[in-house]
Amino acid sequence: MALLKWLRRNLVVIAGLATLAYLILPNVVVMVFSFNKPNGRFNYSWTRFSTDAWKDPCGVADMCGSLSLSLQIALWATIGATALGTMIAFALVRYRFRARGAINSLIFLPMAMPEVVMAASLLTLFLNMGAKLGFWTILIAHIMFCLSFVVTAVKARVMSMDPRLEEAARDLYAGPAQTFLRVTLPIALPGIAAGALLAFALSFDDFIITNFNAGSTVTFPMFVWGSAQRGTPVQINVIGTAMFIIAVVVVAAGQFIANRRNNSAKA
Amino acid sequence: MTALAEAPAELPVRKTSARKRLVPYWLLLPGILWLIVFFALPMVYQASTSVQTGSLEKGFQVTWHFQTYWDAFKEYYPQFVRSLLYAGTATVLCLLLGYPLAYLIAFKAGRWRNLVLVLVIAPFFTSFLIRTLAWKTILADGGPVVHALGSLHVLDVTNWLGWTEGNRVLATPMAVVCGLTYNFLPFMILPLYTSLERIDSRLHEAAGDLYATPATTFRKVTFPLSMPGVVSGTLLTFIPASGDYVNAELLGSTDQKMVGNVIQSQFLRVLDYPTAAALSFILMAIVLVMVTVYIRRAGTEDLV
Repeated sequence: MALLKWLRRNLVVIAGLATLAYLILPNVVVMVFSFNKPNGRFNYSWTRFSTDAWKDPCGVADMCGSLSLSLQIALWATIGATALGTMIAFALVRYRFRARGAINSLIFLPMAMPEVVMAASLLTLFLNMGAKLGFWTILIAHIMFCLSFVVTAVKARVMSMDPRLEEAARDLYAGPAQTFLRVTLPIALPGIAAGALLAFALSFDDFIITNFNAGSTVTFPMFVWGSAQRGTPVQINVIGTAMFIIAVVVVAAGQFIANRRNNSAKA
Repeated sequence: MTALAEAPAELPVRKTSARKRLVPYWLLLPGILWLIVFFALPMVYQASTSVQTGSLEKGFQVTWHFQTYWDAFKEYYPQFVRSLLYAGTATVLCLLLGYPLAYLIAFKAGRWRNLVLVLVIAPFFTSFLIRTLAWKTILADGGPVVHALGSLHVLDVTNWLGWTEGNRVLATPMAVVCGLTYNFLPFMILPLYTSLERIDSRLHEAAGDLYATPATTFRKVTFPLSMPGVVSGTLLTFIPASGDYVNAELLGSTDQKMVGNVIQSQFLRVLDYPTAAALSFILMAIVLVMVTVYIRRAGTEDLV
């Protein structure tokens, strides 16, 4: 009876933790299976413990090449989408002008469209233009679909910004450049950073749009996709585990910095 | 931004305002041009492709052959129905699973809040394909999950419902929906958390002071106030799930193909571009209509 009562009182916590377990379970499995030594080509069932894959993460042909290609594309896509998106966000929040509604919908639409539709339509454009599919078509596509997310992230931050801070800077005889660099940009920076981080993650992990527009170029997600048919090397789990750990450290560090800043702002 | 920064402060008032009026347009130009050329224009090309006839050898010509739409729909409507059904089920499951976790992070996690948030966000940065492949291991035929479901006689029920088949989970609708739910769960949790976090905790206290039970407080105060999160969360899960073909390909069999799988194979393997383009436009139309109706009914304007 007491147990039942306790269960009822903590129902939300239990359900929430169960969901969390569901979210993390695959990451745990990926981690555990990075220490597996499979018998055949597929790393789907546990055979025996081994650290071979960790000692030789690039031992699989083409895998690390695809990984470095994905990192390069993600880096350039992040730079491109963040620059273009930040400019759009500032224009939308700070200025009143004609066609504002139309531009808002143009930015909303890529997020409200199944990825496969965008991927297919972009491919028809490239085919019609006779473009060679590869690095550049992937990069163009990635900047395109990351753009809206950056705009949304930066917009949220700039909107919550008090315009009086800039007025105050001007009252204190700061020039427009000084106001922008010393006041506007630092305040908008967390939003820009969040947008950039999101763009990086989206680009690095994108499969569907890349699948359509990559031609014979193989990014890391494409390599993983191919390996599902050919046989999955254990090294894929090593990379997956490493990515998870790096992500946890990066996100945790970001949260830590944001927290400290909040606390010092309060103090 | 440089235009903004370089505008000298001491310019005559009228000249400054003329220059200033152009600033937003210069800021918008590169990004909007990018979206027009690589998002809007491709849609036009795809529209034109969908009404072409011909073959890869002889070339395609625009013949306003709208029949393609009807033929494509007729041939693949099971895949359409399946996509909407799977995506809808996954969305409902995401809401049911995601709400408690979002609630937990917003109100109950205390000092663990950041850790839990990190654990929700971190999977974003780990390849989702690797994680989807991990479900193959988890749901494997002889594996612990299937074993447990079997000994609890859950599989008997799901077999009877047609969700699973022959005491296995892999290559059944259940596996695909499980994968979809898993993949899009963070997209549900984060908007839910954002809108729950904004709720003033004094409202809860007020509800308690007015003798509302926790359940009533939730029903009358918390849930209605979290509606913006519910709406954007369901959209962020349903839309991508309806066009997904990764889960159906990796976790399902040929009987679980969704419309995304058809579009992908028509475009990249069969090379029947008109049919593929028509299918993707039908999918887009269905999704846009459903989303519009849904937003009207749910009545939230500030989604973006």
